[in-house]
Amino acid sequence: MGVSTELFVNAIIAGILLGGFYAAVTIGLSLSFGILDIVNIAHPAFIIVGSYIAYILNVSFGIDPIIASIVALPAFFALGMAVYQLYYSSFEKYGQEALRGLAFFFGLLFVTEVMLILVFGVDYRYVHASYIDTTLHFGFVDVPLRMLIPCIAALILVGLLILYLTRTFTGRAIMAVSQDQGALQLLAADPVKIKRIAFGLSIATASIAGALLIVIQPVEPSVGREYIGRIFAICVLGGLQSLPGTLIAAMLIGVMESMTATFYGPSWAPAVAFGFLLLTLALRPQGLFGR
Amino acid sequence: MKSPVFFIVCLAVAAVVFVFGLVLKNDYFFFAGYTVLQYVVLATGWNILGGYTGYVNFGSAAFFALGAYATVVLHKVLPLPVPLLMLVGGVVAGLVGLGMGYLTLRLRGAFFAIATLALAIVLQTLVVNWDFVGGSRGAYIIRPNTLDVAGLQIPYIEYLFGLMLVMAVVALTVARGIEHSRLGFGFATIRDDEQAAEACGVPTLRLKLYATTISGALMGMAGAPFPYYIGYLQPSSAFGLEYAVNSIAMPMIGGTTSWAGPLIGAVLLGSLQQIATVTISSAVNLLIVGLLLTGFVIIAPNGILGLVEKLRGRSGGSVRRAIADNTADPAPTQGAAR
Repeated sequence: MGVSTELFVNAIIAGILLGGFYAAVTIGLSLSFGILDIVNIAHPAFIIVGSYIAYILNVSFGIDPIIASIVALPAFFALGMAVYQLYYSSFEKYGQEALRGLAFFFGLLFVTEVMLILVFGVDYRYVHASYIDTTLHFGFVDVPLRMLIPCIAALILVGLLILYLTRTFTGRAIMAVSQDQGALQLLAADPVKIKRIAFGLSIATASIAGALLIVIQPVEPSVGREYIGRIFAICVLGGLQSLPGTLIAAMLIGVMESMTATFYGPSWAPAVAFGFLLLTLALRPQGLFGR
Repeated sequence: MKSPVFFIVCLAVAAVVFVFGLVLKNDYFFFAGYTVLQYVVLATGWNILGGYTGYVNFGSAAFFALGAYATVVLHKVLPLPVPLLMLVGGVVAGLVGLGMGYLTLRLRGAFFAIATLALAIVLQTLVVNWDFVGGSRGAYIIRPNTLDVAGLQIPYIEYLFGLMLVMAVVALTVARGIEHSRLGFGFATIRDDEQAAEACGVPTLRLKLYATTISGALMGMAGAPFPYYIGYLQPSSAFGLEYAVNSIAMPMIGGTTSWAGPLIGAVLLGSLQQIATVTISSAVNLLIVGLLLTGFVIIAPNGILGLVEKLRGRSGGSVRRAIADNTADPAPTQGAAR
């Protein structure tokens, strides 16, 4: 087998693993932007906060980063509910979300990043776990556990969320709130409360996504910026409201980026997702799997 | 006040500022002042789309960088005087703004905002990979120390400062002119209720395209002299996030419904940042901007202008005030119906 075929297969496998991780990063946004219509551009900032919490717990107590992120879940959930309450009472209630709501999240993104810089500095931080330096070899295919474990964790996260949204009352109410708030009110469910829970969930996923991020690569505060466009691209490409769509779109972007990095050099990779996003917005704004 | 009169009054004020700088005999005044004026132009440009039409542009840095890199390219191919470079930068950024608007403005507002973010990254990646303009290493622009005007040797920084001063006056006149014209009223209808405007026969898409073009052009013009100012242009400095944040924060803090808002915001915030950068640190100064932005959008949604109007009460209401009030308290039912 030629070297280029080996490169090609490795690039595809790496891309799929990367895509699984992207799904975990994006799934929170599919909840907030896709379903609740809240343009939370600060989502990557919450993810980076998740990375740093996993880092602190890992370095000071030696807890595995992914387990640490599960420990931090309730705190993130509460944080998300609080942010939604502020957003609702300041903007959404008055129909001001278009301009000021966006500016609010932009400010939040910025403030979080600068605070992290002030506290931790701009040095790259990384975590220790037994699996980070191990790589499995299947013939010429390399599968680093550093990528495989985040991918599996991400798939579990997405699966659980899909189950929650389709099987439980609250989950179905979250899906319903995006379609018809009035109808939901007739069923005696408070749309604001449902949205608060949904936004809490969305931020809670950022805790896990953050831990996965710091397992995959060292993190510094401005890393989040690279993810803004990427996760919006995946979210839009996946058709906004569809969680399985998000997963497939994430894999697609992952593979495209990995191929671009392998064959054209890593400096071109960031443009892939964004180029895809611009194309999608121009040609098929409802996304690949949109209704 | 008619626009030409306004223009002349502004020019007179600008002349006073310039003479003040000359009297001070302090080079730092011109260096810091240039940055503040650059923000006046950026914020005013942003506000034409963001404040008047209600479409948020996160890609101000991209338009700014387009102007700056147009200068870098021309500097290598065909060196022109800086005022012409500003014109070229404006045309390039305006065209990109038009194309950008054409691609995304038929969609919901949020998509436009996200697409502008994407545009900034795509352009930055292109520039990083484009060796002609220096790639990620950046490009040097050797600027002369002085400029020879009819035998007079003017320090170059004073020349750039003067140009930016005139540019700020032009931007403010354009913004004020739009505000009091049919175009401005059209923009306001889009901001308040796009569907209703469309139903009343307002050509919304065309108006939005005017707004993105004018706004993009002004931001490009603000960026065009930048390589001469800084001397060494890197993608990370030209596409810096501080331009995006500042050009949103300044109008939001000053007030978005009038030309004076971005001016007040830019002068206050710009000077504050110049002082904070020197006395504290540049990270803290960005923190201040972020906190002010979030604080203002929550507590004072109409910025400083809104606060002033509130203090002055509702006596003698003008059209502009009526429009501003309309956006301030829309019917609560609107939010519940969504």
